[in-house]
Amino acid sequence: MKLSTRNRLSAAGILSLPVLWTTVFLFIPYAIIFTYSFYQKQFPTFVPAFQFGNYALIFTDPQYVQVLLRTAKIALIVAACALFLAYPFTYFLVFKIKSPRVRLMLYMAVIVPLWVSYLLRAYTWKTILGSEGVLNSFLVMIGVLDQPSDIFLYNQFSMVVTLTYIFVPFMVMPIYTSMEKIPRNLIEASKDLGVGPFRTFLKVTLPLTTPGIVAGATFTYCLTFGDFIASFLVGGPDGLMVANVITSQFGAALNWPLGSALAIIMLIVVLTIISLSDRVERSGRLDLA
Amino acid sequence: MNPVISIRNITKAFRKGLIAVDDVSLDVEEGEFITLLGPSGCGKSTMLRIIAGFEEADSGSIFLAGTDVTDFPPYRREVNMVFQDYALFPHMNVAQNVGYGLRVSGVPKDRIARKVEETLALVELADKADNRPSELSGGQRQRVSLARALARDPKVLLLDEPLSALDANLREAMQVELKHLHEKLGITFVMVTHDQTEALAMADRIVVMKDGKVSQCGTPADLYDKPANPYVARFIGTANFIDGKVMGADDRVVEVQAGAEKLRIARVDGSPASGDVRVCIRPEKLTLVANGVSPPAGENRLSGTVDEILYHGANARVRVAVDGQDPMLVDVQLKSASLRQQLPGIGSPATVCFSRSDAMLFGEDRDR
Amino acid sequence: MTTRARKNPTTASTIDRLVERFSSMSLAGFAVLVMTFLYLPILILVIFSFNDDRSLTLPLSGFTTRWYVALFSNEDLLEAIFNSFYVATVATVITLIIGVPAAIALDRIEFPGKTLFRRFVLLPIALPGVITGVSMLNLFKLMGMNLSLETVILGHATGLVSIVVTQVFARLQRMNRSVEEVSADLGAKPWQTFFLVTLPNIKTAIIGSALLSFTVSFDEIPVTFFLTGRDNTLPMYIWSTLRRGITPEINAVGTLIVLGSLVLIFISVRMLRNPGN
Repeated sequence: MKLSTRNRLSAAGILSLPVLWTTVFLFIPYAIIFTYSFYQKQFPTFVPAFQFGNYALIFTDPQYVQVLLRTAKIALIVAACALFLAYPFTYFLVFKIKSPRVRLMLYMAVIVPLWVSYLLRAYTWKTILGSEGVLNSFLVMIGVLDQPSDIFLYNQFSMVVTLTYIFVPFMVMPIYTSMEKIPRNLIEASKDLGVGPFRTFLKVTLPLTTPGIVAGATFTYCLTFGDFIASFLVGGPDGLMVANVITSQFGAALNWPLGSALAIIMLIVVLTIISLSDRVERSGRLDLA
Repeated sequence: MNPVISIRNITKAFRKGLIAVDDVSLDVEEGEFITLLGPSGCGKSTMLRIIAGFEEADSGSIFLAGTDVTDFPPYRREVNMVFQDYALFPHMNVAQNVGYGLRVSGVPKDRIARKVEETLALVELADKADNRPSELSGGQRQRVSLARALARDPKVLLLDEPLSALDANLREAMQVELKHLHEKLGITFVMVTHDQTEALAMADRIVVMKDGKVSQCGTPADLYDKPANPYVARFIGTANFIDGKVMGADDRVVEVQAGAEKLRIARVDGSPASGDVRVCIRPEKLTLVANGVSPPAGENRLSGTVDEILYHGANARVRVAVDGQDPMLVDVQLKSASLRQQLPGIGSPATVCFSRSDAMLFGEDRDR
Repeated sequence: MTTRARKNPTTASTIDRLVERFSSMSLAGFAVLVMTFLYLPILILVIFSFNDDRSLTLPLSGFTTRWYVALFSNEDLLEAIFNSFYVATVATVITLIIGVPAAIALDRIEFPGKTLFRRFVLLPIALPGVITGVSMLNLFKLMGMNLSLETVILGHATGLVSIVVTQVFARLQRMNRSVEEVSADLGAKPWQTFFLVTLPNIKTAIIGSALLSFTVSFDEIPVTFFLTGRDNTLPMYIWSTLRRGITPEINAVGTLIVLGSLVLIFISVRMLRNPGN
């Protein structure tokens, strides 16, 4: 047997299962929702068709347009808030903390919650912001408020707080990676040349960390864009997100073609953003550990 | 006697059409120390990897001790390789590394232990058996990888730039050591290197490669004295070249017009007898004659100007700029102070002479 | 005196130094705030799980462990925990069976459609879980499968394969390829090379990513939401009780989950950081 034949056989052995799995559970399901997105709703389920009615509805019915715009807006705000929190924090970690051990420990402390129950982390904010929650009772206790207020929960504010809280580690990770990559002597050199700290930051640090910012913004934006749990737990009447609409189309509303079309739109949005940011900078990849 | 390795018309192209090995044929005799020499990218490492079975040739065949192993995977070939980066198993200690090849072939434990001990003693690392590779120095790692390859008593030991990762002192010591090991074991060594001094010092036979082809194959002395082409002449040692045109030839002499000078070169088998040619002379075959001194009779001469002198203790290398040619390098023996004083100074005119039998003649088309 | 004279700074650099000191201090303060933001909610969760009052309000009313005791008599909850263990364990095993060969293939095999394959394998890490959930729901419905814990397992495995692939792939890339060639050169058959050389070198990456997969699967909501049948996993159970209102029991079970997750994550991060030996 030729060597290349032998290699090809073992390659086929290694590949067959992953390829089969990917085809059955990723490729085909995506193909199905893609197909369904052109189907037509017909009580009680739907019938095969090829029409753009679902997409047309989404882009003309103000109800759906609004949801899409709102999702985009909240995702943008969350990404901005996460950046606002993560950038100075990470800067402090990388450039101000001298001990590598302490730095790594603090970094880990930020990353670790990422893997701790997503649901619970969203849920705690319900307990904190609720009218019978920790924040209200605290404010009443110290006398700031006379009686519990319900302005903290069930609105877009509480959603932004919760989502920022959940996704901020995704912002820290790539920024940290990009900052760690900056050679220390580059900053020293800039200072030696008599460039002030602020200009050093603008001319050296910021441009070199842009890939990290882009990557982090992409993660937080896309993750927020697809979230439906925050809306369920802490969102109010004006807190419906695309994912919530998809959920209801596959649930109570029982309009699978419309839900599929929404899922395809979400998929396109997310993939477009990812490939755009990928093009902006190929470094700053996500390191899960 | 059958050659232990027989390479027949091996050709290997990588994707993008880059030809790494181009129709190479070669026989390696048992017990030989042979070196594949060439600059990086000449295909020498690929050739070695084809022998080991890591790369598959596009065409041609490989025989090991008479068996066609062309389609054998590496683990069925009775050759073992020492890698450039040693490639020790980081998760095993030294003894486990050395015993690995025996362990995977199902050799009983006590025999493995004995062989490991014996092989480690051979490379003088008996006391490091329990260490991890990470605890060893570069030279020690090198020995472990050597011991690991030798533990299986291969017919042929392949060495891929084995000394390139070592520092200069250690490299020289290891050259000697490898040479001794080769004599002691009597097995065939095939070594790849880009370092001509290493090749000259160690090999019985050198295969000079260029662009995937064998440029010349022979003993170090052969390659130095009778290079097959200017490339080999330049790669092994230093060579001066004079470009010219053949004006006439008889049985014994070829007459070459080089600029204003007429050179007479001894004709040997294969000397070109017409067209454009390159005359090649080693620096030590040239004599330098100061102006006013009469050059030896009957020799070829080129006049020029001394433009650089590099002293190397007992001799000096003088660079002479010659009109219309590349500068000539001349090695001058400085056995006495008077000889030293006779050396023309920088900027002074001088004549370079050489005898017709010391020059080699290459046709332009043979410039490979 | 001489030292002071030599060190005497110019006015400009004094200002710079002051600016720098000020920015350092405000950055430190900001960092403390961020850490508080990250950990206060978790702390609140833990504190109220020991608070002797049904309502989650300040001031605290006393220490109790009764919510924890209540957990262990709640049969629905125990069953949900058991289900989650079952789902996470099987899903993790599957992610390894699929993910390790996939990582090896991506690292060292050239095949047509490789880029497409990589995109698809890694897609679930980038895509919102709701898409994975919905698309697999469609598949199962089309195949006429009933939703159950097993469909949840398939969903989790599909979503989490990418974790194993990225981690094992990263380790393989760092691994010295020639050790495998040496192994073959020394007479090891391919399976021997895999078990004696490759596997020991990527072992910690496999264990680390398996623990991560387990943790994520144990807590997973978006995919589970679409694919689960009548049996609840733990997060789904919490989800459904949340709709009925907040209770200290949830804080107690949450505290336990956080604790367990932290332990697993710390082990897995250690595994993924240290390349073995």
